[in-house]
Amino acid sequence: MKKVFKLQDLECANCAAKMEQAIAKIDGVTFANVNFMTQKLTIEADESAMDDIVKQAAKICKKIEPDCRIVM
Amino acid sequence: MTRRQRKNLIRILASLGAFAVIFIVDKIVGLDGVFDSRYGFLFPFALYLCVYIVIGYDVLWKAVRNIAHGQVFDENLLMGIATLGAFALALYRGATGLEIEGFDEACAVLLFYQVGEWFQSYATGRSRNSIASLMDIRPDYANVVRDGGAVCVDPSEVQVGETIVVSPGEKVPLDGVVVSGATTLDTKALTGESLPRDVSEGGEIISGCVNLTSQIEVRVTKAFYDSTVSKILDLVENASSQKSKAENFITKFARFYTPAVVGVAVLLAVIFGAVTSDWSTGAYRALSFLVVSCPCALVISIPLSFFAGIGAASRYGILIKGSNYLEKFNKANIFVFDKTGTLTKGNFAVTSVSPESDREKILYLAAIAERDSVHPIAQSIVSAYGKDVPSGYVLTNVAGAGVMAENGNDVILCGNEKLMAQNGIEFAAVADTGTVVYVAHNGKYVGSLLIADEIKDETKQVIGELNGMGCKTVMLTGDNESTAKSVAGQIGLTSYKASLLPQNKVSEVESMLAAKEKSDALCFVGDGINDAPVLMRSDIGIAMGGVGSDAAIEASDIVLMKDDLNGISLAKRIAKKTMTIVRENIAFSLIVKLAILVLSALGITNMWVAVFGDVGVAVIAILNAMRVNGKYGVEKNLKEKSKSKA
Repeated sequence: MKKVFKLQDLECANCAAKMEQAIAKIDGVTFANVNFMTQKLTIEADESAMDDIVKQAAKICKKIEPDCRIVM
Repeated sequence: MTRRQRKNLIRILASLGAFAVIFIVDKIVGLDGVFDSRYGFLFPFALYLCVYIVIGYDVLWKAVRNIAHGQVFDENLLMGIATLGAFALALYRGATGLEIEGFDEACAVLLFYQVGEWFQSYATGRSRNSIASLMDIRPDYANVVRDGGAVCVDPSEVQVGETIVVSPGEKVPLDGVVVSGATTLDTKALTGESLPRDVSEGGEIISGCVNLTSQIEVRVTKAFYDSTVSKILDLVENASSQKSKAENFITKFARFYTPAVVGVAVLLAVIFGAVTSDWSTGAYRALSFLVVSCPCALVISIPLSFFAGIGAASRYGILIKGSNYLEKFNKANIFVFDKTGTLTKGNFAVTSVSPESDREKILYLAAIAERDSVHPIAQSIVSAYGKDVPSGYVLTNVAGAGVMAENGNDVILCGNEKLMAQNGIEFAAVADTGTVVYVAHNGKYVGSLLIADEIKDETKQVIGELNGMGCKTVMLTGDNESTAKSVAGQIGLTSYKASLLPQNKVSEVESMLAAKEKSDALCFVGDGINDAPVLMRSDIGIAMGGVGSDAAIEASDIVLMKDDLNGISLAKRIAKKTMTIVRENIAFSLIVKLAILVLSALGITNMWVAVFGDVGVAVIAILNAMRVNGKYGVEKNLKEKSKSKA
């Protein structure tokens, strides 16, 4: 399943790249993309694990750029 | 400007002003002499520190938070260390009685760092807005006719088959067919075409156009998620997700750059200090390193350039599905064109009848035979005759040859030379370009019709331009050898492949893909009808006149919304400019950063130069990226065109 989220206050392009790498490494994620220009996060993963993955992804974003939030 | 940007701008300007006053007074009067004491240097320090805190509190706060999160190579932290280090160093020098310097530097580094951050945020915001203006085509509501009255609902709630009412000034929310009324539509947002388009009853209408003149009723043919406007928005929103090689290179580079620079900085401080035992100079040079260690300028200017390129193209009705395609398209040097509907208008028309004296009779007989066929050639004959034809004939299709029409003893044969030969009819072969239809009546040859497809006005010029850029231009066609040869010659193509059946196009393109060099990029240009497999197979698939054909939008990598070949050369120019700017930015940032690293290691430059290496480079790279949005000489042409039409 593919889900797209908006990232609020994503200010730094390098952080976006870091987030993408970290989210792609979460167990069960088959594809992750952080688009700095459109401020969008795309995650592809199994539907059953999705909720958990999104929670972890939110944590990662917060860790890398504290102001950045995933808009559900 | 967002509220946050405005707030930051005020903060930056205020700090900049305060800094300038302190700096000038300090240089002229010497603030450390105001209080005549051993600790007089603390007075300018206190003043600079105030400015520093005003401009940099958020950087310091973020740095602290990031340490807690284990983000060591964070730019805020690096800047914090560099500037606080510079302050500490200056204090140390003051306390040990050395000449005092460095307060102003520490303050300025953070100040200019903030200027750079603000500028980046402003530039990306502007760039995002330029795409957002394209998003204006998204319809907000639809007036659907339900229970005899119009109800205003969300476009996604309208079912296929329902009727919607579109008033002047409103956006057409869904694709459909006009059931009543006639109006003029503005399709500029979709196609970049500034001339309005007329539609009347029975005409197809696509979502995203603006109704200009009068109210119409439209029967919806596609659900919202399937409609043209949704497809386009989806495409544009996802465009920059497809990353180019240049972007991947930069993100990879950034991952190693910062740790490497920080590592070298530590080594430099330790080794220099150990060798010369001048620890403060070694530390100073190391701090300069930290200032240049942030890769953000690079990381941002590359996607920004691509984004600007995609945005610029979309303003001219050229949709590019990702920066990787823009990058690849710049390299495209083999252009394969589908003939009908791409190089030609795709409108078959009877261009001549021979012998001309029997025109009426030949057309009449041919129209009888072809009246039931849906083939465009047959229809062109029927419309050329333009009158009612008797219907008492039994029509038999002779596969690959033509049609036989019988009514008792009356037999009409209408088809190609094979049909004539099969029936043993002598005929005068016509060697002209186009499709020749021979007509025989009761075993006797009557005459022939020549049906040809007109070449588009701009074809020759665009092919010439592409050839001029050193590209190979190839035409694929189902026409016979001689027709193909003559058309290719007229247009100036470098080569052609004739007598291809539609299903052979894929294998033809595949063999061309296999034969090309690795550095070549093959581009297939088609009208999107029946050629989706070829569009997908080629390196870059370009669909023309994408409006209305969603299969083409999905299968291709570049969509020309307007049915105009000029889009190809324009896209090529945009791709070229974008890639030049991308390369300039990469080379420029790397060279400047490297030079500053070397120079500060040697102690030739100071922190002022280092801050230029970080902020200045970012600003210049961003400004350079914005050049992609420049003019491409199209506005002028459009103006002239509309003038001449008026």
